Amino acid sequence: MEFEEIVHRCFRCGYCKFTEDYHDFNCPPYLKFGLDTYAAGGRMWLINAWLNHGIETSKHYAEILYLCNTCGNCKEHCVFTFKEDLLNIFEAAKAELVEKGLVPPAVKDYLQGILVNGNPYKEPQHKRGRWAEGTDIQPFSGQEFLFYVGDVGSYDEPGKKMAGSVGTILPKAGLSIGILGSKEKCDGNDVKALGETGLFAKLAEENIRLFKEIGVKKIITLDPHAYNAFTKEYPKLGGKFKVWHYTQVLAMLIKGKKIPLPGYKVKVTYHDPCYLGRHNAIYNDPREVLRSIPGLILVEMNRNRKNSLCCGGGGGNFMTDVSGLGKDSSSRIRAREASETGAEFLAVACPICYKMLDEAVKEEGLEEKIKVKDIAEIVNQAILR
Amino acid sequence: MDRLKFDEHLCTTCQTSDCLVKCQFINLDRETAHREVMKIIKGGDSSVLRDCVTCYACEEYCQWGNHPFYLITERREEKGILTASRAITNQWINMCEPQGKYKVGEIKEKALSCCFIGDLRRLARGKLFEDVRSSYILGPEFFCEVVYLHFAKPSVIRERLPKVIENINQLGIEQLICMHDECYGSFTSLAPAYGIEVNFQPIHYFEYLFEKLRDLKSEIKPLNIKAAYQRPCSSRLSPDKYPFVKEIFGLIGVEMVNRKYQGENALCCGEVLRMVAGYEVANDIQRKNVEDMVQSGAEYGVFNCPYCQMALSEKVYKKGIKPIHIIDLCKMALGEE
Amino acid sequence: MRDVYNALVEIVGEEYVSFRKEELYFYARDPGLMPAHEPDYVVAPETTEEVQKIVKLANREKIPIVPMGAGMALTGLIIPLKGGIVIDMKRMRRILEVNEKARYAIVEGGTSQGALKSYLDRNYPNLRHSIPDAPPTVTIAANVVIHGQGRLTQQYGFNSDMVSGLEVVLPTGEICKIGSCSMSPSWFSKGPTLPDLSGLFLGWLGTTGIMTKVGLKLYPKKKMRDVELFVTDREDLIPEILFRLTHTEMVEDITAWFQPKPIIFQGNHHVTLYITGDTDEELEFKRKMVWDSVKEFRDNKDGGFMWILPAMKPTFLDMPQRSVTTFADVKKGGGFEYSGPIALIEKYPVLARKLVELGTKFKVAYSGMARVIGRSHAMMFGIAFTFNRADPDMMERVRKALHEGITFAFDQGGIPWKPTAEEQKMAMERMDPNTLKLMKMIKENLDPNGIMNPGNWEVN
Ligand SMILES: Cc1cc2nc3c(=O)[nH]c(=O)nc-3n(C[C@H](O)[C@H](O)[C@H](O)COP(=O)(O)OP(=O)(O)OC[C@H]3O[C@@H](n4cnc5c(N)ncnc54)[C@H](O)[C@@H]3O)c2cc1C
Ligand code: SF4
Ligand code: SF4
Ligand code: SF4
Ligand code: SF4
Repeated sequence: MEFEEIVHRCFRCGYCKFTEDYHDFNCPPYLKFGLDTYAAGGRMWLINAWLNHGIETSKHYAEILYLCNTCGNCKEHCVFTFKEDLLNIFEAAKAELVEKGLVPPAVKDYLQGILVNGNPYKEPQHKRGRWAEGTDIQPFSGQEFLFYVGDVGSYDEPGKKMAGSVGTILPKAGLSIGILGSKEKCDGNDVKALGETGLFAKLAEENIRLFKEIGVKKIITLDPHAYNAFTKEYPKLGGKFKVWHYTQVLAMLIKGKKIPLPGYKVKVTYHDPCYLGRHNAIYNDPREVLRSIPGLILVEMNRNRKNSLCCGGGGGNFMTDVSGLGKDSSSRIRAREASETGAEFLAVACPICYKMLDEAVKEEGLEEKIKVKDIAEIVNQAILR
Repeated sequence: MDRLKFDEHLCTTCQTSDCLVKCQFINLDRETAHREVMKIIKGGDSSVLRDCVTCYACEEYCQWGNHPFYLITERREEKGILTASRAITNQWINMCEPQGKYKVGEIKEKALSCCFIGDLRRLARGKLFEDVRSSYILGPEFFCEVVYLHFAKPSVIRERLPKVIENINQLGIEQLICMHDECYGSFTSLAPAYGIEVNFQPIHYFEYLFEKLRDLKSEIKPLNIKAAYQRPCSSRLSPDKYPFVKEIFGLIGVEMVNRKYQGENALCCGEVLRMVAGYEVANDIQRKNVEDMVQSGAEYGVFNCPYCQMALSEKVYKKGIKPIHIIDLCKMALGEE
Repeated sequence: MRDVYNALVEIVGEEYVSFRKEELYFYARDPGLMPAHEPDYVVAPETTEEVQKIVKLANREKIPIVPMGAGMALTGLIIPLKGGIVIDMKRMRRILEVNEKARYAIVEGGTSQGALKSYLDRNYPNLRHSIPDAPPTVTIAANVVIHGQGRLTQQYGFNSDMVSGLEVVLPTGEICKIGSCSMSPSWFSKGPTLPDLSGLFLGWLGTTGIMTKVGLKLYPKKKMRDVELFVTDREDLIPEILFRLTHTEMVEDITAWFQPKPIIFQGNHHVTLYITGDTDEELEFKRKMVWDSVKEFRDNKDGGFMWILPAMKPTFLDMPQRSVTTFADVKKGGGFEYSGPIALIEKYPVLARKLVELGTKFKVAYSGMARVIGRSHAMMFGIAFTFNRADPDMMERVRKALHEGITFAFDQGGIPWKPTAEEQKMAMERMDPNTLKLMKMIKENLDPNGIMNPGNWEVN
């Protein structure tokens, strides 16, 4: 296994379970299941045991590995020098399972969907661009920017709503953008995180080829996961594009006075998506967008920025975690935490977070107190009022 | 081993004995001063060997180019007189021992010496260092060894300095821009005093800054601020470079305020003296320095040595004076950072 | 088998019980060097009542139970030597109450040191507790169970001395309150002026009951905190230096330590001491007292204060000090274990020399650290070795070195701290027979079925 020379170095000390100031545990599966095996240290020790034949591959071993949200909290807070490789180690361990065909059924299903249908929802390609109906957004035909939406934004209800909000505001601000519609394909970020490196390479190569063919130079992504793949993985495969997350673009447009912002008195708290925050250190742009709305009060949750608690949907878990939303699931903890701030809106910047937190708010019966909204939606709402 | 070149004759006939008369820490009249110098020369038990706090200043006070402080240091070691405790002395000797962990950039004829001070590498950024930043040396292998004067361990200098010079030579460096007074002093004062040959050209970074700022003159936005300059101990080994401070300030529109403790009368930052002469001496120096800066009406306290800056930053900041390194000050004038 | 599992599921819910191979593997070991032994079940209860039910079940079925915090004692104390149920306490991690004016907190049996620290920092900035340098995941309950020491130990004694009340599930399943809380709503005293029953649980390594709540004394937290490092090359002087420093009554934590690497530390002994103050004046006054207290050593060049560069300070001021944990990876092997005998401070020089000898003899990387307990009343002398988990031979050498080290410490009049099962035996062999008899009486009465962490403090 790749990285196997590092695995035994974990001291299982558990710094990685915490936020930086030890306020609370911050590893989603550990919060939910309460046994040490579900935290990063547990994974490290089990992978090491597996490498040394202390345990064999099993359903539960696979489950433990796949319940990791790849949220990066452990990588952020582990005190040892090998911390940079923690997620790589988990990915490599999952890759071993993929190779042996031992992934949990839900994961298999997810990957199968992408392989066969191009998306985990197993929806037809031609439905991909449907969200754009009713917006001014056009198919990509050499515009300055490609707006890459991704699977969740294309097929999932909250995701589609979010894509619609972004798709409404960007052209309005005068940006020359187009979408791929039915030609769009999964970015592969989570496929890679699930250890299916072969499929990832295939997706990435196809995407890169397509982008080059049709002359894409600059990309705006809806999904921080796609942003991550495009900025970190695609360049290694020859796909060098200029990439922004849509919140960065909004921040720039607002700064350049391209979006008029009337006052909007509302209290908002912002949830950092792991792939925007911890993985890519973009903490300020989304906050700047919100703060630039006159009258909007931005309040922080206890855990924010690099200590943000994952929505529980990372690493494919928004589709593959079949364990359900127990009261200790991180999305529900997060919903409670957001509500405790007294905010009316819980602002998100990732379609997966949107889906996870929206459900959690309902599950917690907090719909009356707090609504999940994506940042573009809040901006639109401010304009429309 | 190379021996200190000290001209006894100069002292015998010296009319001023400035070295000790001007000493800010030992209070001697001319006659006693002369006697003590002669005692030191002859290897006698001079009180100076116990009382000297290692401020380096007498190296500047002696107008004849003799090396009174180096001599004190030699005699101390000969007699086994320690300044700091054994433990601290050994700690410093160990700390800077070459262990093969140095860093070397893409060396050109002209190179920056960051000595063994990582902060200097961080400082050497922006337009001012564009051409030379990548050509640098850093690490114990290039450490100038001057600090062992404080610890009365010239034997370490004699042993290590030639190797350092050899290391620099091997890289084919012809001009070495010294980012620290100590380095410059090491190659222009200490090495010659010990007859150690230096076959590259040391350049004081003040001189480099001055030239660069002149080139970039059109880009300078005068800062229009008042600043007090904090002179470090090792600047005593190259007093001829001190006037550059005023020149540099002039180019960037900084008014160098008059302080009591400046020029020949400067007081060092005191922090190393804490280890070798006790906290009482150090606290006294630091208090005087800070009060003096406040009284001078300075808005900024400008440092030349990163360690002085570390020692005094918080203390001056608490009194409303902003601490800054002279390089950062220049960058500020160029609109950087 | 299945019955026990079902009963456990009934008590805590399916998610929090396991007898799957993965959990059994993990909970069979700790990060130290003791041989692994698998439990039959692992459970993670959330309430005192759940703990009580588990204990009753275990009594009925006569299965061993082992309460576990973070498992960071390193000496195998949570390894289920005779199988049974490992009870992972960390889901019971609420902070139930802080009484600001009486300066105590009540926490659950699995609350971590880190969480209490963070809670106080956020909500009671003028209060603190005696945090150990263990990773922040370690639990407060376990720390007092093993008589841990922390940042305030020099001032106020062992962390277990700071307990102000307990709620314990006895080995037979009764829930029992200890201290003032047994008759009052307040948790200000663990025993006095009543018969002090806390001694039935503190130091017993989980063999006499499971703590479900701990009252812990809190102490004033000053606004500023700074560190000084006194360095000497003579280990023989350390006891006297510590005596003078403690005489000032001005210092927070004091530790004396030595390690051969990095090279800056070579050949010297370092005394790290912390001072605190609400104002510059207070801080500087204390600093002066400290500097003056060791003037004699400074004057004759036997020691001096090191210049701690600003960049280095956070490492020392960190609580817990992360750098203590990272010692585990010095050999790029993620392993570290220490024996921490409690001994007279006058034994520092011989113990220090012994540790150096052991390092050379067994070719293992060592680090020595003594934490002052009380005003020089005693010290914890850490005989610490780092090892590579992928190098069995090195691990064996460390085991041997530790064994020789603790034997030596006993010969020097020391007593063990968080001893391994074997060190407990060694200690009991040296104990007064009547003391042993008393221990036996207590254990047999409290735990008639011998189910509590068996293999520990087992008097034959
Ligand atoms: C890097 C490092 C540094 C350390 N520094 C320190 C230090 O500065 N000071 C210090 O004191 N220690 C230190 N330790 C040792 C140890 O980690 C701590 O004492 C820690 O508090 C132990 O807590 P734990 O939760 O990990 O205990 P565990 O190892 O889980 O348990 C220890 C014992 O307590 C019992 N126990 C656990 N919970 C309960 C309960 N609720 N009721 C009854 N019994 C229970 C267990 O059965 C076991 O016998 C250090 C350890 C490491 C690895
Ligand atoms: S991953 Fe790092 S922080 Fe987490 S248990 Fe392992 S060593 Fe400790
Ligand atoms: S990436 Fe997140 S979910 Fe995965 S082990 Fe690390 S902290 Fe836990
Ligand atoms: S060192 Fe210089 S100043 Fe001192 S006595 Fe000799 S010549 Fe005169
Ligand atoms: S070094 Fe300073 S203190 Fe020492 S004699 Fe010279 S001037 Fe005086």
